[in-house]
This record gives sequence, structure tokens and C-alpha cells, in this order.
Amino acid sequence: MLGRIVLHLLVLLILSPLLPGVIAKTKALFAGRIGAPLLQPYYDLARLMRKEFIFSRTTTWVFLAGPVVGLVVPLLAAQLMPFGGLGASLSFRGDLVLFVYLFGLARFFTAASALDTGSSFEGMGAVREVTFSCLAEPTLLFALLVLACGADSLTLNDLLGPALAGRWHSGQAASLALIAVCLFVVVLVENSRIPFDDPNTHLELTMIHEVMVLDHSGPAFGLVLYGAAMKLLVLGALLVRLVLPLQTGHVLLDLLLLVAGLVGLAVLIGVVESTMARLRLPRVPQVLVGTTLLSAFALVLVLR
Amino acid sequence: MSESLLANLLLLSVILINFFCLGSARLVACIRAIAVQGVVLALLPVAVHGLCAHSLVLGLGTLCFKGVLIPGLLLRAIREVRIRREMEPFVGFATTLFLGTLIAACAFLCADWLPLAAAHHEGLLVPVALTTIFSGFLLLMTRRKALTQVLGYLMLENGIFIFAVLLSEALPLMVEAGMLLDLLVGIFIMGIVINQIRREFSTISTEQLTALKE
Repeated sequence: MLGRIVLHLLVLLILSPLLPGVIAKTKALFAGRIGAPLLQPYYDLARLMRKEFIFSRTTTWVFLAGPVVGLVVPLLAAQLMPFGGLGASLSFRGDLVLFVYLFGLARFFTAASALDTGSSFEGMGAVREVTFSCLAEPTLLFALLVLACGADSLTLNDLLGPALAGRWHSGQAASLALIAVCLFVVVLVENSRIPFDDPNTHLELTMIHEVMVLDHSGPAFGLVLYGAAMKLLVLGALLVRLVLPLQTGHVLLDLLLLVAGLVGLAVLIGVVESTMARLRLPRVPQVLVGTTLLSAFALVLVLR
Repeated sequence: MSESLLANLLLLSVILINFFCLGSARLVACIRAIAVQGVVLALLPVAVHGLCAHSLVLGLGTLCFKGVLIPGLLLRAIREVRIRREMEPFVGFATTLFLGTLIAACAFLCADWLPLAAAHHEGLLVPVALTTIFSGFLLLMTRRKALTQVLGYLMLENGIFIFAVLLSEALPLMVEAGMLLDLLVGIFIMGIVINQIRREFSTISTEQLTALKE
């Protein structure tokens, strides 16, 4: 078990900054540019970590708590999540609820640290982020419920266990395909990707997630970036496992499969970002309500 | 009757298109979605009953009418009256979508209580047909523009067609009636188009259509 915890941590800590790099590279290739090197996020993190902490006198400890909790939560959530063929290191009944609300905790602290600065822009960003994620949460829960009904269990390890491959060949294939689409939307929303939020925007009025971390700088901002990359990896691992439920039994091969799936997901996100325009703000809740209903429908299909 | 995987996938895509039409404000996208639904329906008899002359004729007829002809007419009508969006539905899009899902859930949960032949139990055909019919009704009731109402009518007819596929071997007449209804829809659309051109409406809101009569 200790070996598994270490393995999960290593995968998470070492691989996570690669995914934003892959996304940026895909977007650059689509735009006809060469783009930054694949490892640019690692260089960015190293650069930010060498800087010094600077805090405004108006902020309190909450300001630093945001990035720290944002970093710790994916580390904990990763222990509950089976990474490809590698089972979860911690598993107990009902851990899927903990998994969902760990990210809720991180969101609360990010929003609180944004509000702590007293900036009105950051307040606006916090409001939007919280609104969108409270609409995305039912989708995630419904999707997990669909999996739970199929597996007849309440632990993530069983939900995404070896039996998953068999369920793709049974009558549940349709609802699994539906929730895979819904989970992709959740991954895009939760990681503030383009149809819902633009990670590269430079206008405070249109930012959602980025505006909340405007006042963080140096190592604190590095923590925010690192935490965001890890969140992408953990939520991505859920989707990759759902779509690619193969299991070889060999640790290295399983690991390779997971990495290939994650890189594929990052490329897919890059393609979506390059080909789609950002949705208008009032359209976002509509789309999210739509995915919630779609996943609810998938649940009806399973329960039938 | 054994429903193949292909048939189930087709029926599922029919439901997804229903949801899309209920939740989308863009008329062109809605018309395209209904066209795709027509094509999916054209494949359905072949997928359910296998390759035979009857299902081929049925499929080809459906493809021509629902996949090509009627959507083409609607797209032309839309070009002539220059509208792109359903601006102010009677019920909001999210609410309509919610009602649509509620209908789908009810249809799926209640379909097995209906006194059907034993072979039709547990299948997807009956619930999908019910969902499509009621989604069509919902679209008819909640939208203001005459064109969207025609779309609702088409969706309703598509639902009836799915029901007819269930019985097409025993009751070919029923299917013929469905095709006739298609023709009727075509004429219905043509009537609206001609009306608009003749009277030079600036809008095609149905509220104004009734106001003109008074």
C-alpha cells in the first residue's frame, strides 16, 4: 500500500505539468506556430519557485491558504482515484463523495483567498467560478452514480475496476458513452478550459478562474499552477480510465497506457480549444444544465 | 424481435437529437438536427427488420422526405424570412430541456407497464417513440415561431414513425399512413412559405398570425 501511495504521488508530481505543455503545443501547431517547448510548464514552475513571497498588507493567512489547499487536495484525491490499471491506494465505502467534495474544498479556499484581497474583479471571478462549478457538480455526481449502479459498489476502486471493460460490451454501453461525454465537459469546466473559460485571456472582465489568482505571485502562483495541472491529471485519469478500461496486469504497461491516455486527452482538449469559440457567459449554465440532464438520463437508462 | 446494437445506438441518437432541439435557440441548427434525425430514422427499419425489400423501400422513402426534402424546404423558408433564432419562447430553454428529460425518464420507466406484445417488452423502441412524440408536443407548445412549431410537428411525426417501425411487418398500412402524413407536413410548410412571400411578413411569430385574423 505504501508503494502504491508513493507511485501515485510520483505520477502526479512528475507528470502533471506535462499536460498543460501538451495542450499549449497542440494549440500552437493548430495556429501554425512552433510554440513553447513541451516542458515549458516545468521551467515556469522552477522560475516561479525561485522568486520570493510578496504579500499585500491587507491580506491574511487565507490568501496563502488558497494555493496551499489547491495543491494538497489533488494529492489527496489522487490516492482515491485508480490511475489506469493501478488501483487506488486508499479505498473505502463512499469515497466517491469525498472525491467530489475534496475539489469543492479546494474551490472554497481559492474563492476565499480571492475575496481576501478585496479586489472587485477577483470577487466577480469567484462568483462565476462558484456558479459554474455548482452547476457542474451534479453532472459529476450523476456520472459517478451511473458507474456505481453498474458496479453495485460505492468505492471508486470498484467503479473503475477491471469489471468496467465488461460493462462496455453489455447493455450499459450507451449510458457509459453518455457519461463519458458529460465527464469530458466536466473536465473542461473544472479546469477552466476554452468553451467555458479562457486560460490565456488578459482581460480581467472576461476571466473566470485566472482573475481569482491575479494577486498571487512568485511561489504562491507557482503553487496555483501546479495545483491546477494536478487537478487536470486527476480528473483526466477518471475520464481516461472510463474510456480506456484496459488492464494488462503489468505495472509499467498500465502506467504507459495511462500516460498515453492522458496525453491523448490533452491533445483532444487542445483541439477543442483551437476549433471552438468561447461560449457567451449566459450560455454556459445552459450547457451545464444540459449535461446534468444528459447524465440523469444515463442514470435512468441504467436503472431501467 | 431482437434489437441489434445498431438499432439501439440509432434510437439513442434520436433521443439526443430531441434534447438538442429542445435546448437550442438556433433555428438552422435545429433544422439540421431534424434532418439528421430523419436520416437516422431511415436506417432504423433496416436495422430492426434486417435487409428486405419492405424495409429498404421504407428507408429510402424516409431518407428522401425527412432527410432531404423537408429540411431543404425549411432551410429555404428560413433564408427567405431571414430569421436565425427563436428569441422568446413561452418557456425558457433550460426549463424545456428539463421537462424533456422528465418526459424521457417517465417514458422509459412507464413503457413496460403498457399492454404490449411480449416481444416488445424491454426494448428501446416503445420508450423512444413515446419520448419523441411528447418532445414534439413540447416543442409545439413552447415555441412562438411558426417554423419551430413545424419542427415540433415533424418531431411528433418522427415519433409516430418509430412506433410504426415496431409494427411495420404486421401493419404496412400504418406505415403508408405515416408517409402520407409526411406529405401533409411538406404541404403545410409550403403553405407557410407561400403565405409569407405573398403577404411580406416582417415576422413569422404565430402571435401576429392570429392577430391578423381578428
